Amino acid sequence: MTLNLVDAGAFEFSPENKKWAAEELKKYPDSYRQSCVMPYLHRAQEQNHGWVSIPIMEYIADLLDMAYIRVHEVASFYSMYNLKPVGKHVIEVCTTTPCWLRGSDDVAAACKKELGIGFGETTADGEFTLLEVECAGACVNAPVIAYKENYYEDLDEDTTTAFIKSIKAGKVVSCGPQNGRFKSCPKGRATTLKDFAPKELLKAQDSKGSDK
Amino acid sequence: MLADKDRIFTNLYGFEGTDLKSSKKRGDWKNTKKLLENGKDWIVDEMKTSGLRGRGGAGFPTGLKWSFMPKESDGRPSYLVVNADEGEPGTCKDREIMRHDPHKLVEGCLIAGFAMNAIAAYIYIRGEFAEEAKVMQAAIDEAYKAGLIGKDSCGTGYNFDIYIHRGAGAYICGEETALIESIEGKKGQPRLKPPFPANVGVFGCPTTVNNVESIAVVPEVLRRGGSWFAALGRENNTGTKLFCISGHVNNPCNVEEEMGIPLKDLIEKHAGGVIGGWDNLLAIIPGGSSVHMIPKSICDTVLMDFDSLRAEGTGLGTAAVIVMDKSTDIVAAIARLSAFYKHESCGQCTPCREGTGWMWRMMERLVSGDAELEEVDMLLDVTKQIEGHTICALGDAAAWPIQGLLRHFRPEVERRIEEFKKSKLNVKLG
Amino acid sequence: MVKLTIDGTEIEVDTGSTVIQAAEQAGIEIPRFCYHERLSIAGNCRMCLVEMEKAPKLVASCAMPASEGMVIHTNSEKVKKAREGVMEFLLINHPLDCPVCDQGGECDLQDQSVAYGGGSKRTTEERRIVSEKFMGPLIKTTMTRCIHCTRCVRFADEIAGVPELGAIGRGEGMQITTYNEKEFKSEMSGNIVDLCPVGALTSRPYAFKARPWELTSTETIDIHDALGANIRADARGREVMRILPRLNDDINSEWIDDKSRHAVDGLTKNRLDRPYARIKGKLTEVTWQQAFDIIAAKIKKTDGSKIAALTGDLNDAESMYALKKLIASLGSDKIECRQDGSAVESSSRVSYLFNSAISGVDETDAVLLIGSDLRREAAVLNSRLRQNSVNRRMNIAYMGPKIDLTYRVTELGDDAHILQDILEGKHEFSKVLKKAEKPMLILGRSALSRSDGGAILKLAHDIADKYGFILEDWNGFNVLHTAAARVGGLDLDLTVSGGIESIFAGVKKGDIEIVFNMGADETDLSALSGAFVIYQGSHGDEGVRYADVILPGTAYTEKSGLYVNIEGRVQRAERSIFGPGDAREDWTILRALSDALGKTLEFDTLGELRAALYKEYPAFAALDELPSEKWCDFGVNAALLKEGFILPITDFYQTSPIARASSVMQECSGIMYDSPLKEEAAHG
Repeated sequence: MTLNLVDAGAFEFSPENKKWAAEELKKYPDSYRQSCVMPYLHRAQEQNHGWVSIPIMEYIADLLDMAYIRVHEVASFYSMYNLKPVGKHVIEVCTTTPCWLRGSDDVAAACKKELGIGFGETTADGEFTLLEVECAGACVNAPVIAYKENYYEDLDEDTTTAFIKSIKAGKVVSCGPQNGRFKSCPKGRATTLKDFAPKELLKAQDSKGSDK
Repeated sequence: MLADKDRIFTNLYGFEGTDLKSSKKRGDWKNTKKLLENGKDWIVDEMKTSGLRGRGGAGFPTGLKWSFMPKESDGRPSYLVVNADEGEPGTCKDREIMRHDPHKLVEGCLIAGFAMNAIAAYIYIRGEFAEEAKVMQAAIDEAYKAGLIGKDSCGTGYNFDIYIHRGAGAYICGEETALIESIEGKKGQPRLKPPFPANVGVFGCPTTVNNVESIAVVPEVLRRGGSWFAALGRENNTGTKLFCISGHVNNPCNVEEEMGIPLKDLIEKHAGGVIGGWDNLLAIIPGGSSVHMIPKSICDTVLMDFDSLRAEGTGLGTAAVIVMDKSTDIVAAIARLSAFYKHESCGQCTPCREGTGWMWRMMERLVSGDAELEEVDMLLDVTKQIEGHTICALGDAAAWPIQGLLRHFRPEVERRIEEFKKSKLNVKLG
Repeated sequence: MVKLTIDGTEIEVDTGSTVIQAAEQAGIEIPRFCYHERLSIAGNCRMCLVEMEKAPKLVASCAMPASEGMVIHTNSEKVKKAREGVMEFLLINHPLDCPVCDQGGECDLQDQSVAYGGGSKRTTEERRIVSEKFMGPLIKTTMTRCIHCTRCVRFADEIAGVPELGAIGRGEGMQITTYNEKEFKSEMSGNIVDLCPVGALTSRPYAFKARPWELTSTETIDIHDALGANIRADARGREVMRILPRLNDDINSEWIDDKSRHAVDGLTKNRLDRPYARIKGKLTEVTWQQAFDIIAAKIKKTDGSKIAALTGDLNDAESMYALKKLIASLGSDKIECRQDGSAVESSSRVSYLFNSAISGVDETDAVLLIGSDLRREAAVLNSRLRQNSVNRRMNIAYMGPKIDLTYRVTELGDDAHILQDILEGKHEFSKVLKKAEKPMLILGRSALSRSDGGAILKLAHDIADKYGFILEDWNGFNVLHTAAARVGGLDLDLTVSGGIESIFAGVKKGDIEIVFNMGADETDLSALSGAFVIYQGSHGDEGVRYADVILPGTAYTEKSGLYVNIEGRVQRAERSIFGPGDAREDWTILRALSDALGKTLEFDTLGELRAALYKEYPAFAALDELPSEKWCDFGVNAALLKEGFILPITDFYQTSPIARASSVMQECSGIMYDSPLKEEAAHG
């Protein structure tokens, strides 16, 4: 958690974001403008290369008639707001127990090795930031990495390395399971919903269900 | 095993499209108008008949919860809030509903909102679920366009809006009052109860907070009748349920099954069995990280429902089954959960703020055995000092995994302490 | 009313009470840290957990509404165990640096640890260390000691109305701080030190100065504004080390502002500690006898009618009475207390009092502020009004230059003519007043110190008359004075026709040759340079610049004296310490001088003085009583000026000789105060 605020240049929503912000306000009762603080922080962070600066907090506070400290409280409470600059690519590795049981240690090690940095660090060229996150909520597809609003699932050391390399190469692999399975369906075989399942998931393969 | 015809979430895996047309083909939005025209009381009664218990973890009867909402407005509007802040380690079922069966949730919101006289629903989706939020928003937009929600929803004269509010990385917002605080643009710190949300909820108005799954099953339950749902599962533990099977199984997966399915069946039939076979099983956390783990001996026979698991000193929780085979460092597995709770404590009240950190530090030492034997009892005592003393249930949730560990694997913990002592002695002697 | 049983005792409490309040009523103490009866309920410390029959868990008694038939146990084994647990949790990360903590000896954490703690230490983990947070010149922070009760945050939001404090981060990393570690810009900031149940927030000026058990406490009255806040002066030896608020629900509840609290170091600086006389143009130390001889020589040569007297803002009633008697014995009736040039008249008390009483601001449902900058003129009153305004969303209208009062007001504009419109029912706000059940107006110094002050007074009077401000049990006509001595001075009828300006004019014309100035320092006194001026006071300030003889008096902590607050409530300040050097209690100086002048005053003791005072002015005998004055006619019919209001206080921290001498107040003025008013004053 970052407590010391980092200052930066002035901030203002882009014209499109201003329009969006006005729309967003309509979702909440008039006397609860403050409800927009989280969406605004998200959007501002997006506009500001992935992090929330002092001017952003004060800008949003002024927009929503909030005390500055209230915005700071919110921005520092939720883990998705970065209160200091981050790299162009933020790699978030889930290491909570369900991911850990499935080898998140290997995934983390692969990231560290491939990027040459540890958790909470940014590469010297400002390209990558590596973060350790708590349960991403995709536990049956563990281990999981979150990157640019997408989940990369069912990773192991090799697929993780390949994934990082693909970012570096500017051609990111497609998101979802990296081991060929279909989303959260049991690998290789649909045990339910057989009327809907694609053919290749209906083959009888009871004898060798193992994938590890 | 549940027959395919009795499954509600027919697009659980996203085999098909999520658009309105595809959803309608699967049966969504069928006769919605008629359901609404049956009236609020009918809806609430059917839900009570169905025996549906909240799918977010606590298992409170959904129909009963709705009936707490004021029948007549005192001038304040009412709100439905859908808890889609799925974050309980092991749990990833609501994600599937949102990204693959979003119209079930939209339709459920309309019906539930109607039943409780709400003017709008807020779906609070955890911030990390960006894709899921997009799919949900698209479904909501479609529903507006088709006149299913919004002004004169489904042609019933009922006006109802649905909004998405995105979280930003705080497990605690899964607690209903923290979630409400978060919608109001504050830190997600749970509120004191009373007043309860049905009286003073979001924006100071009567509010019901329901889990995604609880709301998403509503249309199908009503279409098929509460008694259909009630006939599945066991008494007081009725219906179907989404299970998430993670950890050391051959084929981790989500699956919809009947309540009360034997745990062993669930794992063997759908998840391809425990890695290395059933006998290689060490322990299972059957309901998401917050419940006590159970050793293999209990897993052999236990049924997956609220009451059966409670009888074994654990709980169904979110029905997230975390399987650990014999290769697992069981102490480290729980220590990692302790780290999770320390990280996610909101910091508001003393026992949780101070206790989660203390427990985690002790747990870390127990992993290597760097502790005194007396500290095991002390740790247990500390969990009891937190349990039941906090504003919300996160304190309990942090305490229970450790209690479960010490109940079933205390000898392992003590063995490590003794071994660590010996190794230190050896170093000294050597 | 609801009936419940606590520890076997059945008691009846008001509906809406909480269990902790019910227990208090039953005389049962429940320990607490976060709960404070004047702040919103947080329920976060969990120290007040009690057992409620039929509840599955212990409940926080601070947050649980008492209800009919409830059965509560506050001392069961379960409860004791829970308290021990909470105490242990609070202490595992507390530094236990009590020997070097200023809170030591008066610390809730210490006390409750003794009373409810487990008595042994079990943790071996490292303790959390939290960096200090800058909160301004008055608050010293040691945040490692913080127990996160959030009392300070709630105070800032709810009482001070300056929401600059918060708890950032979460979990065990949560930290209390001001926004971006800037100073907490509230005139009420010092109260968070009192509220802090541990040593996280302590007084910066008082840091490491004394231990509580070394101090002698004196219950007394504050004089930095005209509210008469109840305070406690804690002294060690001959120095007042600190000032703390005392509870008085009718006046200051339990708050005081930062000037009342922290100007205390001004009591030791710039003091007049011996008599001086201007000899050959230069102020020279003299003995009391020499000073009196010089005065006597001058007075002997001067006709009594050419003598005038001014009193200041901090005088006690006894010394003003003695001065009035003294100059009367010399043949003068020219004694003036209104150094601010206020148009208030002393003829009818109702015309210059805060008639609704201070507690009236809790009850009112519509307020018209006329040129009154409540935040700077009476900060404690302002925060009290604020609470009513926030709780009831009350309509408060304000007339004067733009200021931030910490709550929303309807800005009426900066023009006294609006009063005319309101009176004639032509203004929007007339409707609000008409509808209100207990409307009030507050006339500030800026409204009454103008040359058309009498006309404004009249308009205010007529508005009060017309809109139902005057009811059988309600009088919403309020004048807000800023000087602690003012109401007492008016009660003693220390006014001359034409006010202080007429005295200045008299000096200029030569009609007045001697001016006895007792503590008037708040106005430009250069007009007195033509007269022989005797200055009696405690500090070397504006008054001594034109003085020919200086008689060292005492400050409010150094004498027993009566003060009448804005409500007309007489209160007695008590002596905490002795004045420095040759300084003497003011009435004794006047008594001794009367001897030297051969006009011996007829009292030898303070008791005799008071007896004479009570006899002549019976109102002073009604100690601690709230008067009720009859409504009557006052004010003058005259044209209004076109100009706007000029608010009198440009710098809250520098309003008296004591405050100006205080280096703490000077620092505050420099750091805390970037009010646009101050900048305007500097540039204008």
